Amino acid sequence: MKIKHTFAVAAIVLAAPVLAETVSPAAVVFDEYGEVAQSLTGVAGNPERGVEVMTNRGLGNCIACHMVTDLQDHPFHGEVGPSLDGVATRWSPEQLRGIMVNAKNTFPDSIMPAFYHVGPYIRPGDAFTGKAADGELPPLLSAQDIEDVIAYLMTLDTYYD
Amino acid sequence: MTKRTLFAGLLATGGVLVAGLAQAQDIINDELVINGDLNIVTQAPAADHLDYMSVVRSGWTFRSTETQAMQMDDFDNPGMLGVESAMSDFTTAMGADGESCASCHDGPESLSNVRATYPQWDEEHGEVQTVEMQVNECITERMGAEPWGYNSTEMINMSGLISWAGRGEIVDIAIDGPAQETWQMGKDLYYTRTGQLELSCANCHEDNYDNYIRADHLSMGMLTGFPTYRLKDARLVSVHSRFRGCIRDTRAETYAVGSPEFVALELYVMSRGNGLSVEGPAVRN
Ligand code: HEC
Ligand code: HEC
Repeated sequence: MKIKHTFAVAAIVLAAPVLAETVSPAAVVFDEYGEVAQSLTGVAGNPERGVEVMTNRGLGNCIACHMVTDLQDHPFHGEVGPSLDGVATRWSPEQLRGIMVNAKNTFPDSIMPAFYHVGPYIRPGDAFTGKAADGELPPLLSAQDIEDVIAYLMTLDTYYD
Repeated sequence: MTKRTLFAGLLATGGVLVAGLAQAQDIINDELVINGDLNIVTQAPAADHLDYMSVVRSGWTFRSTETQAMQMDDFDNPGMLGVESAMSDFTTAMGADGESCASCHDGPESLSNVRATYPQWDEEHGEVQTVEMQVNECITERMGAEPWGYNSTEMINMSGLISWAGRGEIVDIAIDGPAQETWQMGKDLYYTRTGQLELSCANCHEDNYDNYIRADHLSMGMLTGFPTYRLKDARLVSVHSRFRGCIRDTRAETYAVGSPEFVALELYVMSRGNGLSVEGPAVRN
């Protein structure tokens, strides 16, 4: 227990320079159209890592709902949301940030989950256990995850037929 | 899968079909005839109380042709093993009075109207009862035996036998009168967006049926096939277990099997299937 504790403290100290600039979910500022102008971390997004966030079930799992031709090596794309092909030509990074942080500000009542948001939720659970959440839940994705996905989405400038 | 259906499936999904995407969808087959002679209504006009649907469809119409085929003949339906096991429980004496189900009910056939009309209001107990609650009422109050677990294998099998006995009957759930309050509670639960993903039953089964979510082809979430034999679990699955699974997938805290919330939700969801046939034990993936 003690050892673990020391590690946790060390991790916080190491992460401190980044954390200092990270915008917390509650502090994110949306404009009237649901856009978020300010980067959540101030650190440029990494598009390769964005692919990981989009395809990993435990992270964004975006392809569960969205088809992306560029990601066809990853199986099972869903049809619940629109195809993200050509998404960079439709939206700006600020708009994409707003959609990912909380899509309901851009599309009222959207089915798309809010990825950088901390509730309040109705009957929040502890991940996929079906049990009650223990205290306030961390957002589904981290601030840098969001920036990484935006960087990747901005590469999707092609429509396929 | 024959060449012809594969080709039709490709056409049906049109442009979105890219290698690695949701697998080719089979053409929708709505002709379910079991054992060559039992016609099942798998598509019907939606009940008047459904605001956003004009047609309702059985979960069977959303499954692959291979899964569909397993339900077309009882010899291929693995859920029938549970039904057979319940058949022997039906005539087995239980409890102090040495009575079996068969002491009061001639045979499972005499219960053929049950699945199509449950959950229903029980006057004596002043509450809405599911099939499982009714079975336990008989076991405890009429046979003087210990109740079965709500989700025990015996109970799921007996519920399977009762569905099987009622196969082909048209679902006709009463939603007015004393059941109305419970029904409304179930309806509210159906449309409540729960968990960290903030998804309601309606988000998946009303707004997105026929769409793929990951590898899953979303159905209308009907209860007419329950208990269903799930190939993934290799066993019969109860209604309330299915509810728990779906709610868990919204990253929410679920309700308990047999809880008042799930009884209400079952009443409501079952009533969405009014007009379809009972078809349990169904086979699902
Ligand atoms: C449960 C389903 C679901 C998940 C998961 C999901 N989305 Fe969405 N998304 C939608 C829907 C539905 C829309 C369409 C907007 C609407 O009508 O609500 C949408 C819209 C969008 C749009 C705008 C698309 C356009 O071209 O108009 C973007 C960009 C987007 N999502 C990105 C993402 C990313 C990135 C992730 C993962 C981090 C993600 N989505 C996860 C359902 C989802
Ligand atoms: C995130 C999406 C999602 C949500 C939300 C959801 N379900 Fe489901 N549900 C599924 C999937 C996927 C399946 C398996 C494929 C199918 O049958 O639709 C399923 C299957 C079912 C089935 C089995 C249907 C059959 O024919 O065997 C029922 C019943 C059901 N859901 C009811 C519900 C109810 C009630 C709720 C709300 C409490 C709910 N679902 C919420 C995704 C969801």
